[in-house]
Amino acid sequence: MKVVLENLTKRFPSRSKKGPDVTAVDHFNFEIPDGQLIGLLGPSGCGKSTTLNLISGLETPTEGRILFGEEDVTNLPPEERGVGLVFQNYALYPHLTVEENIIFPLQNLKGDKKMTKEAMHQKAVETAKLVQIDQLMERKPKELSGGQQQRVAIARALVKIPRVLLLDEPLSNLDARLRLQTREELRRIQRETGVTTIFVTHDQEEAMSISDLIIVMKDGLVHQIGKPQDVYDEPVNLFVAQFLGTPQINVFGGEIRGGKVYIGNEAVMDAEGKTDRKVWVGIRPEGFIPDPEGPFTCDMDRVEVMGRDVSVVSTHPEMTGRCVRSIVSSENRFEPGQETVKFRLKPNKVFLFDRESEERV
Amino acid sequence: MKKKNNLKAWLYLLPAILFLGVFMLYPLVDVCIYSLEENFHFVSQKYSGVGLENFRHVLTDPYFAAALRNTLVLVVITVPVSTGLSLLIALGLSSLQKVKKLFQTIYFLPYVTNTLAVGLVFWLLFRNTEYTDGLISSLITMLGGEPINFIEGTYWQKMLVTCLYTIWIVMPFKILILTSALASVNQDYYKAARVDGASSARIFRKITLPMISPTVFYLIITGFIGAFKAYSDEVALFGTNLNVAGMNTIVGYVYDMLYSDSGGYPGYAAAAALLLFGIVFTITYVNLRFSRNKVQYM
Amino acid sequence: MNERKGSALSRTMILVFLVVWALIVLFPFYWMVLTSFKDTVRYMDERVPVFFTTQPTLANYGKAFTEVPLGRFLLNTLIFTVATTALMMVVIVPAAFAFARLEFKGKNLLFALFLSLMMIPTELVIITNYATIVHWNMRNTFLGLILPSVTSVFYIYLLKENFEAIPDELYNAARVDGTSDLKYMMKVMVPISQPTIVTIIILKVIECWNSYIWPRQITDKQSFFLVSQGIQTIRESGYGREDIPAMMAAVVVVSVPLIVLFLVFRDKIMAGVSRGGTKG
Repeated sequence: MKVVLENLTKRFPSRSKKGPDVTAVDHFNFEIPDGQLIGLLGPSGCGKSTTLNLISGLETPTEGRILFGEEDVTNLPPEERGVGLVFQNYALYPHLTVEENIIFPLQNLKGDKKMTKEAMHQKAVETAKLVQIDQLMERKPKELSGGQQQRVAIARALVKIPRVLLLDEPLSNLDARLRLQTREELRRIQRETGVTTIFVTHDQEEAMSISDLIIVMKDGLVHQIGKPQDVYDEPVNLFVAQFLGTPQINVFGGEIRGGKVYIGNEAVMDAEGKTDRKVWVGIRPEGFIPDPEGPFTCDMDRVEVMGRDVSVVSTHPEMTGRCVRSIVSSENRFEPGQETVKFRLKPNKVFLFDRESEERV
Repeated sequence: MKKKNNLKAWLYLLPAILFLGVFMLYPLVDVCIYSLEENFHFVSQKYSGVGLENFRHVLTDPYFAAALRNTLVLVVITVPVSTGLSLLIALGLSSLQKVKKLFQTIYFLPYVTNTLAVGLVFWLLFRNTEYTDGLISSLITMLGGEPINFIEGTYWQKMLVTCLYTIWIVMPFKILILTSALASVNQDYYKAARVDGASSARIFRKITLPMISPTVFYLIITGFIGAFKAYSDEVALFGTNLNVAGMNTIVGYVYDMLYSDSGGYPGYAAAAALLLFGIVFTITYVNLRFSRNKVQYM
Repeated sequence: MNERKGSALSRTMILVFLVVWALIVLFPFYWMVLTSFKDTVRYMDERVPVFFTTQPTLANYGKAFTEVPLGRFLLNTLIFTVATTALMMVVIVPAAFAFARLEFKGKNLLFALFLSLMMIPTELVIITNYATIVHWNMRNTFLGLILPSVTSVFYIYLLKENFEAIPDELYNAARVDGTSDLKYMMKVMVPISQPTIVTIIILKVIECWNSYIWPRQITDKQSFFLVSQGIQTIRESGYGREDIPAMMAAVVVVSVPLIVLFLVFRDKIMAGVSRGGTKG
């Protein structure tokens, strides 16, 4: 089922009586292709959860339309949309067993969709097998680990075969090891069922690792939509560049002057055909190549050995953060007591953003 | 969606609103009206005028004066005694963890008993008849005293029994509340104080008491409110005709006025009830004001 | 060494104090049971009461039930208690749900009004309620007994607090699954809040079982008396005047149900009371 968002806008009345309305989602336009896994990514308060609630029908949009396939569902209540929703803290009914939790949505079906007890049980077992919790059917939620609870929540969302599966921060309540394992699992379940799935996360690594497409949001606005690698490689603005990638991109104050990019007094790179202006220079950590002849000089702070790679931590007066982090191959050798370090830059890892608009140059 | 909720919410609230409206809110307004209608009579449903006559009557009625006096004596004696005793018992309980649960269960028993039923046992224990002495009288005789028929004795003898029974009845609640308040004081404070070499008395005064002072004040306030409403305990000990026994209370006075063979005087009852509410409200207010300055909230 | 000795001594003193109070609490119960087993004739001969009986008899219990319709009083009280408590749950659960879960105009104002009603003592409203019930011709009926005792603002408040503690996500999850508000209330909120609901029921049962003042106003026929009033009648105009053991048997019969209830639900009752019950 493809999901179309047209001009989707949600404004909330301000908390203080006279204040202006707060726009949580601002003219969101996008068509989500059928059967894809979509990561909705952004810092907290960016409107991603509101977007999810609009799609699920828990909230109604101020403006715009939502279509599932060709059907306009904008004004349908959540139960008639056929969505499955998984909450960050799972929202399992604590007094019901795993099986009762999974069956719960089926018991609400009315008319010709109504199912017999036997059929419901059958369906619950089937779904439980899919998420591999079929041995836990008699347990109560509090007797399950976080990861198991998560699977129950997914099973409950999937049991009535939703047209769209929505997951709100599905992994953030799990510990690091489980998170890795569960995200693979999520990918597998999505592939097996083929349900169009949208999940919200603030963790860019999580979004990039399993999504077919990611949508980066901030302050209610969609900043960029694309395949994870494309968004990483070609960020449209400073925010997207900073939000994706660990360690974070290094941002320097710089200038384009006569076809060259200057950081401080050093011309670090060519920028042919670009008009002179003040810019932010973003350099990915992997964009640095140590080179004694290199054009870019930083003050050496320390070297952190990570095995395959080496992280060189240095400082530079034009750097906006506290220190410059670069990841280089461990074949490079650094002298103890070395005061400065010189780099060459990989052009495809360097992005220039206008100083005012912060858009990509 | 919001509009749908409006209707639905009022539908869910309808039973509660109906019941509260008919049996709480309307009576509240009505009682004020009653109190101002002079010479209103249930049977004839007529009144002769509007004014403060009912209040004047109640305030000059010697039975009301007696009821007020009895109630005040009860409040002044039972509230401090029961609160203090409960505190002692709760402190004792918290220092003997092993037997705490058993004693707590025993101490709570009076809470779940029927006031009128167990009152009869007290009545039995404290009264004498021509043929037998009550247990208490027998004990007094054994110790070399004269037997006393408390139930039909002097005013203070009757008051003593009333106070004892009232205290016996109200203790369970206070012990329970104080025990849990003491249990919720962080043990680290005690450890710290011990390490600092503070004596038990000093720990109690400087740590325990300030920590549980909100609870103590809560108990004093609810104790005042409860004691001002005393009635059933007295009926249990002295029968329904409390005026003859000279042991009537304000609440008893209200009911006497409301329901008598002649059809009742709801005007007097309303005036007396409002006076009672006024007294309780004032005392609670003063208590709260006082406690705001004195009680250390955590 | 000295320190430990002193501490042992003080512990013993505390224990003695606690035991004395326990005896004071238990003694009336002992005396009531003891007297109820004493033979009436023998009892009359006791110039000085004795602390035990060598020939216990159950005859008093027989008498307690036959001379006054004590069984009727018990049944009345049971009907009154069950009906009042059940009706109260029907009233307060939806009200608490509406306050906790639904959004509507005037919610805060209405809730403030409800809260302020908590301050109103029964004594103040009983006058009009009496007039109302008389006016409806409901004296000496169960409806007359029950209706004014149904609502409790405090329990609505207690339940609302409990409902509010249930996370919003559960409600949203249920809505996405197409659960109606009514079903959500009954199938999710009520079971989750079961401990509080049980507490409320127990507290209300205790209150109903012991209620005296209102029933006394509204009933004057023995066939509608509750136990409190029954006991009072036995004492003032029944066998209580001459047959103390029989009266004590009646007192035991009236007291036992709640004591059993307490011993079974000890923890729930004590937790419930400490969360906000007061006597009466």
